[in-house]
Amino acid sequence: MSQFVAVLVDGIVYSSWLFIIAVGLTLIYGVMKILNIAHGSLYALGAFAAVSLSTWWFAQGYPPMGSFAMLGLAAVLVGLVSGPVIERGLLRFLYGKDEVVLVLVTYALFLILEDFIKLVWGVDPLFVQGPNGETPYGLLGNFEIAGLTYPNYNLLLIAVAVISGLALAWALNRTRSGKLLLAVIHDREISAALGINVGLTYFVTFTIGAFLAAVGGALTAPTVSVVTGMGAEVIVMAFAVVVIGGLGSLQGAALGALIVGLVRAAAVHYQPEVELFSVYFVMAVVLILRPKGLFSGAEVRKI
Amino acid sequence: MKTFATRALLGALALGLGLAPAAQAQQKDSIKIGFVTFLSGQAAGPFGVPARLAAEAIVESLNAGKAPAPYQIKGFGGTPLELVVIDEAGGATKQVSEYRTLVQRQGVDFVIGYIGSGDCLAIAPVAEELQKITVFFDCGTPRIFEEASYKYVFRTRAHATMDAVAASLYLLDNRPAAKRISGINQNYAWGQDSWADFETTFKVMKPEAEIGTSQMPKFGAGQYGAEISALINSNADVIHSSLWGGDLEAFMLQATPRDLFKKSQLILIAGEPNLHRMVGNVPDGTIVGARGPHAVFAPPSALNTWLRDTYKAKAGVVPNYPAYSVAQAILGVKAAYEKAIQKKIGSAIPMGAAKNVKEEMQKAYAPPTDEEVIAALEFLSFDTPSGKVSMSLGKGHQAIQGTAYGTTRTENGVVKVGNIKYYPAERINPPEGVPSLEWIKSGFKKTK
Repeated sequence: MSQFVAVLVDGIVYSSWLFIIAVGLTLIYGVMKILNIAHGSLYALGAFAAVSLSTWWFAQGYPPMGSFAMLGLAAVLVGLVSGPVIERGLLRFLYGKDEVVLVLVTYALFLILEDFIKLVWGVDPLFVQGPNGETPYGLLGNFEIAGLTYPNYNLLLIAVAVISGLALAWALNRTRSGKLLLAVIHDREISAALGINVGLTYFVTFTIGAFLAAVGGALTAPTVSVVTGMGAEVIVMAFAVVVIGGLGSLQGAALGALIVGLVRAAAVHYQPEVELFSVYFVMAVVLILRPKGLFSGAEVRKI
Repeated sequence: MKTFATRALLGALALGLGLAPAAQAQQKDSIKIGFVTFLSGQAAGPFGVPARLAAEAIVESLNAGKAPAPYQIKGFGGTPLELVVIDEAGGATKQVSEYRTLVQRQGVDFVIGYIGSGDCLAIAPVAEELQKITVFFDCGTPRIFEEASYKYVFRTRAHATMDAVAASLYLLDNRPAAKRISGINQNYAWGQDSWADFETTFKVMKPEAEIGTSQMPKFGAGQYGAEISALINSNADVIHSSLWGGDLEAFMLQATPRDLFKKSQLILIAGEPNLHRMVGNVPDGTIVGARGPHAVFAPPSALNTWLRDTYKAKAGVVPNYPAYSVAQAILGVKAAYEKAIQKKIGSAIPMGAAKNVKEEMQKAYAPPTDEEVIAALEFLSFDTPSGKVSMSLGKGHQAIQGTAYGTTRTENGVVKVGNIKYYPAERINPPEGVPSLEWIKSGFKKTK
């Protein structure tokens, strides 16, 4: 029983982490039809910025709790700078091109950003640590469940995942701009003809997506040693989640993250040998039964 | 007798006849060494870049003739060295083509390199095909010389079996009651082999051993929440881990607040390079190794001091174990190269035969051929900053050396390694011709 509870808790924590990263990816694809490989780099940028800012914060001798503000600041900075720069400086010239071209472009961007990170931060792994070895990960204290100790930081992850998911769902379905966005998703040309500012919609969507990637990175930073190449590792998992859920679907990303998280946690606890394989096995099964993922809407055929 | 007399005569003659310039003209301007190490990716920070800094510092020092005996001659046998550094990142297929470029276009004289076991396994047959002396300095898999034999390929460090055997010995020497073990290792050759060797060794040494859980997260996984829960639930006395670099740090950062190490002692097979970085997150009593008697485990000697000072002048910090591995490789080739020169001069035709004096002289003073260097390096025993290294296994191509383990203690914000115990090479390495795993299963039999 206690092991089952552990699987649930571990699975939900991991799902939350995955969801925060995957939701931005699926949002950008849903609206812009761009499979943004550079999402992994934005995640890494968020993580590196978070480490730099919190390390600076600790070095000033400010109260450790303030390091959380630095994590938030890092996500905001990375999201608000890189999102607009990439969208205005690069992607807007390529709208209407084939999806494959855009995958290649974002892949190129991914490579450039990886090298940019190397130039700025070097190749040594970096992690956040205060003068007495304290990390934001341990600062919030622990909770105990089923005989296992978990840092409360995990609750923060779950909260951020739930809040960002609900906020996006609300904004899409219950606000005017959300409805306009859905119209753009449905048909870009007709929306433009009806007077919707498609360029602005794309700009805002991409910036939000980039911000979510950076949030994922900033929240991950205190729990790991940030290192070049971390973006590549995470983008693979995020793709698995998004593909299981159905590209472009918000509920899909949530369900996909939950499935991947729980399956992985169950594998780790009951059959560690199949852990690596389990996630892809689930993905294969889902794709055999529903080739477009769990929540793919019917595609409108265009002439 | 003959050696000394001949050399003296040849030397005198060379000076007398004014042949010295001619003999020198035959020497190359420099010896080019292709050096392959991770300059990007996960392994760059903890291993690759320190290795590169060490190689550069050592080559500069050797070229200046500043190394202590027996390596005081400049470069290799008086010829200065030149490094061509290549990034090891990108996987085995890419490395094979990089290797071909290095050998065929750049025309290097030796290749020293490779940290990844997969890269070593892929490069070895290609080195043989291109007939280029290639020395692996850091990769660990025992398979290279246990599953094949090579003429041009050498490895100047002991393979990974010794790390597992010594870790078991150290654990049982210090904590004879330890019985239940769990592991967390990366899911690729290094992590799998490390766990398999340790698990088998421990079971042989302690028949009533119990295995809790063996976790194999993906390389670079980053999130270890579920693995840590499983490790806590496994109630192990000891947790074995060969994690390294960023993965190791992520694991420690996530496991420490969860009190895993209050329950279980930790063994870090390759933990040494990370210790000084992780003050506050390395629990006291953690058993650490450096995959050989390197860095904090290196015995005091003039060579050790030389490496520490040379490296520190270049990098600003003290060398970690990959830096010591590099020193073993470069000094090993240097020892062999100079031994080959000595042998050649020693066996030159004595002056009594006044025939073909000039030709014989030129032959004796020409740089040693690959064949001669190979013959000299096989079964060579040489001094390194980490003590004596012997090329005893794999028909003289695979080194063995002793190793050491210690236990950590944090004092005044510094992680110190105490209770260091050394294990001699013969006790922890298999005999020639016996595959590692068979040797362990046989109960560490000394002979075939």
